Amino acid sequence: MGDLVQLLVSGTATGAIYALAALGFTLLWQASGTINFAQGEFVMLPAFGMLFCIAFGAPLWLAFLLTCLAAMLVLGVGFKRVIVDPLIKHGVIPLVIATLGLSIGLKQLVKAGYSAEAHPFPSPFPAGQWSIAGVQISYADLGTLVIAGLIVYGLQTFLNRTVTGRAMQACAQNTDAAKVLGIDVKRMVLYVFLINAVLAVVAALLVTPTYLAKFDMGDSIGQKAFFAAIIGGFNQTRGALLGGVLIGVLENVVGFYVSPAYKEGVALVLFLLVILFRPEGLLGKAEERKV
Amino acid sequence: MKRYAYAATAALALFAATASIAQQGPVPIVGLVELSGTGATAGTNFDNGVKLAVKEINAAGGIMGRKIEYTAMDTQSQPNVAKGLAQKAVDQNAYVVMGPVFSGSIIVSMAETKRAEIPNFTGGEAANITTQGNPYIFRTSFTQSTAMPKLAKYIKDTVKAKNVAMIWVNNDFGKGGRDAMQKALDAVGVKVVADVPTDPGQVDFSGAVLKVKQSNADAVFVYTNEEESARALRELKKQGYDKPIIGETTLTGQKVIELAGESANGALAHVGLTVDAPQPAIKAFDDKFQKEYKYKSDHNGMKGYSAMYVVKAITEKNKSFDPKAFAKAMHGATILVKDYPGVLLDVTFDNNGDLDRESFLVKVENGKQVVTATLPPAAAK
Repeated sequence: MGDLVQLLVSGTATGAIYALAALGFTLLWQASGTINFAQGEFVMLPAFGMLFCIAFGAPLWLAFLLTCLAAMLVLGVGFKRVIVDPLIKHGVIPLVIATLGLSIGLKQLVKAGYSAEAHPFPSPFPAGQWSIAGVQISYADLGTLVIAGLIVYGLQTFLNRTVTGRAMQACAQNTDAAKVLGIDVKRMVLYVFLINAVLAVVAALLVTPTYLAKFDMGDSIGQKAFFAAIIGGFNQTRGALLGGVLIGVLENVVGFYVSPAYKEGVALVLFLLVILFRPEGLLGKAEERKV
Repeated sequence: MKRYAYAATAALALFAATASIAQQGPVPIVGLVELSGTGATAGTNFDNGVKLAVKEINAAGGIMGRKIEYTAMDTQSQPNVAKGLAQKAVDQNAYVVMGPVFSGSIIVSMAETKRAEIPNFTGGEAANITTQGNPYIFRTSFTQSTAMPKLAKYIKDTVKAKNVAMIWVNNDFGKGGRDAMQKALDAVGVKVVADVPTDPGQVDFSGAVLKVKQSNADAVFVYTNEEESARALRELKKQGYDKPIIGETTLTGQKVIELAGESANGALAHVGLTVDAPQPAIKAFDDKFQKEYKYKSDHNGMKGYSAMYVVKAITEKNKSFDPKAFAKAMHGATILVKDYPGVLLDVTFDNNGDLDRESFLVKVENGKQVVTATLPPAAAK
């Protein structure tokens, strides 16, 4: 029983990280109709950004803050202005292709600068464990859960309880109606890109000590996050959370009780089942669009 | 008639001159190395070791007056890519092929170099590489069937473990190591109470470590590639594992120590090559490598470096650049450090292409490998 609890906690912590990246997918889709297939690289790039700052003597917290600023500028404003704005008017497909290209470009850029080798990344949490009723939970898992939980809770509160958050939701639901109501749609969309950039930096901070900083570390994260978003519901932020946690927990349970060989297939199987039987996602709502 | 004879003589002379120029030109040596993918750490180190040796040999006048022209090609850690590149190396008339380092890649790619009768050095340690009757394959490190018995004896006699848990990577390297270790442990009467396979490139070792803890074994044997070794060490530390962590070569490699940080402290291993060994030739290599690349080489860097000096030694012994003669001379060859310091340790090759030399037992202390014992070559026992 203790093993199962430990697996659940550790799986939830891993899943929470997937959820952070998946949230970015759903937010961008809702606000701007953008599917960002470079989302994994949006997590990888800040990891190297933080390493860059640390190399100049910055402590981890300062490196994190500086990288947040840089990410908002490059992965938020820059991504929107340079790639999304010019392409979105041509439909989703050109944008999908552009983000796929961006993904390859970012990987090669980092590979050229930092080599193809993995690099160590400091953990924001101390080593050690917390024992309760025979169950041992590492500080790292606990810290990841707390931080990811706070971020998701804060984001939900912001979206549901503040005027700006509601305005952003209004834009996601119906851009024309939001314009009529006097909402500055462009500004709201920009906020979403900025939030996505910060979520990516937080995910990088939490996941890189385990994944190690490597130019292709985003492949797996991006893939899992995409599956999590689809499983939970691409048009629901809560869905991304559910999808991420579901994948994280099931991966751990299958890896332990069945075989580690099947672990990596868990997300794919879940994804296929959802696409076949509930294409709108577990918490998603069916959407109809005119073609 | 006389005019035709003159023309034929002139043509022959021109051909001979061209051939002579080709003989005097640079010697093409091709590296098939993992410069990206899961083997990037191993491949990059191996490649850097080869390049350093090539630089030194060329600076000293080359091999019998001919410079070495070394070209490295990236296998992307993929056996199918490695096979294609091996064919390319054959097309380039390589005198010798260095690499790949990954066992899974060399097992596939060596068919090409064997067909072309080109000597092929590998960093792969899987036992079945040299049991297929390929006279052109040569190791740069121990085969698992040489290394594992040494380690099993250490686990029984020094660690005094009665049973162990094994975490291994599910590829040719890992499977070969796991089988060789199982056999070696059986031979000394140590039981394996948990057998935990993991995937190449696996990032989450929480389940694997939990299984090891659950088995309550006296020690854990970790046999994975570099990055996975670091992740396993981090997870073992994260979950408060406090029993001996033992590995073979990769577990205590320089890159693993760098990636695992404090989690690597206390890890024990049998290593074929380490820059922390007390031998003067190895110390000299360590200094030169650090000066060249600004970091400390792992065992793969030493493999590449020493293999290049083996090429020099055997070629000079043969006094020719004939690949077939090279392969023939390699079988049963002994190269001494006093003659060629670049081989780092006195080394002997057997008829299968396996090598024998001294090895070391190490422990990681304060982020550094500390040599605790030097073991004699297997043949010396």
